[in-house]
Amino acid sequence: MARIEIEDLYFSYRPEEEILKGVRLTLDQRPTAIIGQNGAGKTTFVKLLKGLLRPTGGRILLDGQDIAGLSAAKLASRIGMVFQNPNDQIFKNTVMAEVSFGPRQIGMPEDKMRICCQKALEAARLTGLEEKNPYDMGLSARKMVAIASILAMDTDTVIFDEPTIAQDHVGKERIRQIIRGLAGEGKSVIAILHDMDFVADVFERVIVFMEGRILMDGSVREVFADRDMLERAYLEQPNVTRLCHELGYRGVYLKVEELLHET
Amino acid sequence: MAHVTALHLKYKYPGSDTLALHDISFSVERGECIGIIGENGSGKSSLCQALAGLIPGFYKGAYGGKVLLDGQEAAHMDADTLCRKVGLVFQNPFNQVTGAKLTAYEEVAFGLENIGVPREEMHARVREAMELLHIYEYREHYPFDLSGGQMQRMAIAGVFAMRPEIIVLDEPVSQLDPQGRKEVFEAIRTLSGHGITIFLAEHNMEQIAAFCDRVALLHEGRLICMDTPARLFSRDDLETYGVEAPVFTKLARVLQVRGQDGLFPVTLEETKRLFMEKRQTGAGVLEWLE
Repeated sequence: MARIEIEDLYFSYRPEEEILKGVRLTLDQRPTAIIGQNGAGKTTFVKLLKGLLRPTGGRILLDGQDIAGLSAAKLASRIGMVFQNPNDQIFKNTVMAEVSFGPRQIGMPEDKMRICCQKALEAARLTGLEEKNPYDMGLSARKMVAIASILAMDTDTVIFDEPTIAQDHVGKERIRQIIRGLAGEGKSVIAILHDMDFVADVFERVIVFMEGRILMDGSVREVFADRDMLERAYLEQPNVTRLCHELGYRGVYLKVEELLHET
Repeated sequence: MAHVTALHLKYKYPGSDTLALHDISFSVERGECIGIIGENGSGKSSLCQALAGLIPGFYKGAYGGKVLLDGQEAAHMDADTLCRKVGLVFQNPFNQVTGAKLTAYEEVAFGLENIGVPREEMHARVREAMELLHIYEYREHYPFDLSGGQMQRMAIAGVFAMRPEIIVLDEPVSQLDPQGRKEVFEAIRTLSGHGITIFLAEHNMEQIAAFCDRVALLHEGRLICMDTPARLFSRDDLETYGVEAPVFTKLARVLQVRGQDGLFPVTLEETKRLFMEKRQTGAGVLEWLE
């Protein structure tokens, strides 16, 4: 697995407006959710990790090596990123062409590519739709195409920018399984999310961004127990956690199953 | 007279061989807030577009039945009348923003300019809508420099500013953070309080339950039922239709905590009240957590 260390990261699009103001952390194997208000710097942060933007200060080390020195192809074979809006990512006219584009670009051998694409299509439940044009598919299905095309690259770190947007119950369940599957294979998963119930259910570590800084970094339970901190970041506890708090329970319960387990 | 009526509404997209909307009938009173739920592909967006007249006005295909707005058939209204009557907020603000304007302020004013609202009134309405959605401070920003959440609020402001009688929102908060969602819902609630009829397609059932007077459940283009959140979410066949009840309802169902009407609670407040009552009467529920 990859070890990613972020040292004093600064970034601004315009000199007078700093987006990231000194972010310091080390990513580990725990599935990690990044939460925070719109505009807190979450997407900018993951774009820096993926090398799509260059830091204005600080560095990002991948296995001890500054990613600024890595070629785009090299970085692409290590870190995959699913964009928030699939329209920003998808440009081929069939699902298969889209899904095989990445592996081909990073020089994956043909036979491995076939296996990876097939596995990715299966995970995203797109098998049988290989010849469809992604733009004839609905937004949620198109998002699955975007996810599959990153999974197919078999990178050891996968970043998701708001994967659950526009997904219904079944789609969310599928994404839950994909993330758990990646974690089970020992890959690092980092995801930006606004759905706190989903975070509580699927992730182990939570990083709270606020105004370009890390407000809190801890286990999902530690973070969701801290109501004052969440309020400062304009965030809320998961629904079950809120209910238990309202009922005056002392423990921090993250989901229905956990609460029922106590009986 | 009902404010909005659908009568045997049917629609099929060009080139498709299945009906996106299949014999849908309902009627809604002025000022009601109606949730629209269902799995992806169930017809939520198509229904939104039919209510706003984009089906059959913009999207061709096979159309049957009718949508009546104040007794008038939407399909026969001209665009000018229709857009004063009903406003549609798209799922993705990128599809709504014109791209023709250089500032968020001008973008919000776009619809008003097109229907020829007098200048002073236009400024007042644009400002009011932008303040309501907390985006007035971004009025000089280039629309595409805004974050997803800000852009969605700008799109909603553009619709609000038109002061339609009916507002249809197709998953309007899917791109927003919790605070942004809260702001948008508060703004919609304000409008709802002013007698505007609201249709809201949304996947977040906790929001739907807290917000809507009635909820329409769609499945494969058909209207399965249209009922109060409590009655709808107390159904035990929701899984069949690919939807989940709010987390509070799921918990109450497992513990069999019901209100006097025999229905499960659907919001945090109701669930809390019922759980507290149970505890006081010593009904043996949840003491284990003390």
